[in-house]
Amino acid sequence: MSLTLQLNVNGQLYTVQAAPDEMLLTTLRNLGLYSVRCGCDTTNCGLCTIWVDGEIILSCAYLTVRAQGHTITTLEGLKEEAAFLGECLASEGADQCGYCTTGMMMSVMALRRKKAHPTDQEIKDFLVGNLCRCTGYQSQLRGIRKYLEAMAQ
Amino acid sequence: MKHVGQSYKKVDAETILSGRAAYTEDFVPAHALVIKVKRSPHPFAEIVSIDTSAAMKVPGVEAVFTYKDVPQTRFTLAGQTYPEASAYDTLILDKVVRYVGDAVAFVVAVDEETALKAEALVKVTYDVKKPILDIHEAIDNPSIIHNEEDLSYNFPVGGDPKRNIACSYKHVVGDVEVELAACDYVHEGKYFDQATVQSAMETFRCFSTIDQFGRLVVTSSTQIPFHVRRQLARALGISASKIRLIKPRIGGGFGSKQTACVEPACAFVTWKLKKPSVLIYDRSEANTCSTTRHAREWTIRIGATKDGFIRVIDMYTLSDAGAYGYHAFTTLTAGEHKSIGLYGKLKAVRYEGDVVYTNHSSGGAFRGYGATEALWPLENAVSELAKKIDMDEIELREKNVLRVGERALVFGEDERLESGLIPEAIARVKELSGWDKRPHSWQIDETHRGGLGAAMAFQGSGVAKIDVASVEIRLQEEGQYTLYTGSTDMGMGANTVLQQMACEVLGCPMANMHIYEADTDVVPFDPGSYASSTTYVTGTAAKLAAEDLRKKIIELAAKRWETSIDRIDFDGLELRMRDGSQVLSIEAFAERETCGVNRQQLAGFATWSSPTSPPPFMIGVAEVSVDTETGKVVPTHFYAVVDCGTLVNPMLAHVQAEGGITQGLGMALTEEVRYSSTGRLETNNFMHYKVPTRQDFGPITVDFVESYEPSGAFGVKSIGEVVINTSCPAVHNAILQAVGASVPNLPMIPEEVFMAMQEK
Ligand code: FES
Ligand code: FES
Repeated sequence: MSLTLQLNVNGQLYTVQAAPDEMLLTTLRNLGLYSVRCGCDTTNCGLCTIWVDGEIILSCAYLTVRAQGHTITTLEGLKEEAAFLGECLASEGADQCGYCTTGMMMSVMALRRKKAHPTDQEIKDFLVGNLCRCTGYQSQLRGIRKYLEAMAQ
Repeated sequence: MKHVGQSYKKVDAETILSGRAAYTEDFVPAHALVIKVKRSPHPFAEIVSIDTSAAMKVPGVEAVFTYKDVPQTRFTLAGQTYPEASAYDTLILDKVVRYVGDAVAFVVAVDEETALKAEALVKVTYDVKKPILDIHEAIDNPSIIHNEEDLSYNFPVGGDPKRNIACSYKHVVGDVEVELAACDYVHEGKYFDQATVQSAMETFRCFSTIDQFGRLVVTSSTQIPFHVRRQLARALGISASKIRLIKPRIGGGFGSKQTACVEPACAFVTWKLKKPSVLIYDRSEANTCSTTRHAREWTIRIGATKDGFIRVIDMYTLSDAGAYGYHAFTTLTAGEHKSIGLYGKLKAVRYEGDVVYTNHSSGGAFRGYGATEALWPLENAVSELAKKIDMDEIELREKNVLRVGERALVFGEDERLESGLIPEAIARVKELSGWDKRPHSWQIDETHRGGLGAAMAFQGSGVAKIDVASVEIRLQEEGQYTLYTGSTDMGMGANTVLQQMACEVLGCPMANMHIYEADTDVVPFDPGSYASSTTYVTGTAAKLAAEDLRKKIIELAAKRWETSIDRIDFDGLELRMRDGSQVLSIEAFAERETCGVNRQQLAGFATWSSPTSPPPFMIGVAEVSVDTETGKVVPTHFYAVVDCGTLVNPMLAHVQAEGGITQGLGMALTEEVRYSSTGRLETNNFMHYKVPTRQDFGPITVDFVESYEPSGAFGVKSIGEVVINTSCPAVHNAILQAVGASVPNLPMIPEEVFMAMQEK
């Protein structure tokens, strides 16, 4: 059985078919939004991080049916800001395989909206659910700082 | 130099950070059939019967394949240059299953839901056998894990499958017992390292299609496209010329994708059905049904004179191959050079090991490839010896470390250390960590003690006399350059570094070159990215190919202008006669020379291999805090100095170092591997298998000293692997300083530390 749903993704309305137990991760990838990735399927890696009504959620554990009537945002929807954050990360070499990076970027951009001047510890605490196996996190922190400082100007 | 030594951002940064299609899953054809693998619930069993009829009746199921359907030629999944040093002990599907999770059947359906539904309906009857779940019980156990008659080796590696021995190795130089007896101080120890999981964020995955020529095209997240092509040819019994392997962007490898995994199943299904198919592992399959580091138990004896000269190292390991013997021999042997090779004042050495088959998940390749494992006992033992002698542990290492020009006892006859600023690196790490200015053991507060410990490491740069890389650089008709390589960038920045090296020779800006990698139909042969080979081996080929192209361009211009080559300047963008009489842009030159009668595409080509594998060097210092009530250890600061020769891209090398150290800290402290009593891997997700989070450790301070390695291009060595090697022993040695206890088992979780504190 599949349901017909209306979803508001990145400011655009989509009509999608989804099984009642389908997770938003799958639905969004089916829409070609490849910044949303699966690293674990058990809510432990943060790769699938997106926003629902501006709050970060793990799309591997968020039912697509629940998303009706809400505003969904993925990296693709944050164009210039995401590109700028990407540039800051790249300038520190923080994009190794890049597989974790897009989910982490969603967390970072959400953090900035909550707190423009977080301490290093607050950044680490906020991003603790975003795992990265490549970088050891240090370069990510340097890139995030660059981004936050520039955005606070 | 113009490009070598520049901290350019990665050439692929924009693609991977934009979220656009880049990785394997992003390119799967919409109508690809989905494969799910039916897996064994038993660690060791023989299949008596499989009933697929109920599964086949599920609407949407295309096929169910069992061991009866697959070719019967054994192969190895280990990504190694032919002839591989790993046993041919694997079938696409086997009648015997050898670990919990071993493949029993492939269920192929229109979508995942259908495949999963059908998979549950496959009925299997097993003849369950007594498993071997402890390495100590493997040799001469009545249960024989590989009892098949058609298992074969390409050459002897000391294997005896009927005794459950996958391989063994022994190298003795000098008389160990005599030298030990002559030593004033001897330390004996027993240490254990676990079968840690590489845990690339992108799990194993591939999809296959049949192309317009009727050939099999496999797109896979792999480090070794050419090796996989060869393996598939053998496994499927078809010519390699019928197979094309493509590697898109990879979401991490760390060695895990130096062993084939999902490819044989997916290729088989597509070849058989002549339809596209896809196979993606979930995290629990990725942890259980791929390959890990080899668990090893080490016994070590190390002896020194009273003035601190280390004269003897005697190491034996009993190691766990798991169910299949991938990389079992080469990881064992690789460990020798890269650990014992550090010590230059030895008179006797024994390095010996047996790698045994068990009913665990298989070992394979993991960053460090045997060196990380061997350095764990050795560098622990050196610090414990220092304590016995009452000598500073870095001073002891400085006194004994191999010098440039010296030949280590375990090196080949003609092998010398050609380059290395080792004393400089040691001095620098002391400076960074304040080694000489602060206590190495201190009380932090009522319940915490601090400690500072050190460890050194070597690695190689490529596999000497075996790795061979070819690179082609074409001048395209618009005057752009394209570099073709079979090495595989898995995120570390290999493409960027290769391009920097080629642009250095041609002189053109980075933007004028484009790199195309890892497609077996298009690029020249390369074994792939492993063994820390890319910058040194493929990079040197890239430099030589650029030189070849540069020479051809200048020669052709000289011919056209009827002059000699020494009267022409070329900076990659413009050809110019020294006297100013002729100027031609590369665009105009390329267009003129590529298109038209009697013209040709200019291309530079080079193949390079090295008779040696120059070792990069690293020294790490860990600062820890130990909770004396619980045994919990926090690495509060890690200091590292690396000599990887010339830094082609200092920023990317820096990040490689930080990442490698962090993976090492995970292996040291959090990444526990646990099996149930019935042989099931329990740590098969990120909840139980704890890779480091960004809260788990303090700052990492990395610096480099740059020696000049004469054998390859621009003085480079390697960086990728050496950086994981010091974390475990440095943390061990810091705990030893902090609380006086030696923790023998990895990971050093609170229970282990606490127990060691009780026993001291
Ligand atoms: S895929 Fe959602 S948290 Fe890992
Ligand atoms: S960059 Fe590879 S996992 Fe983070």
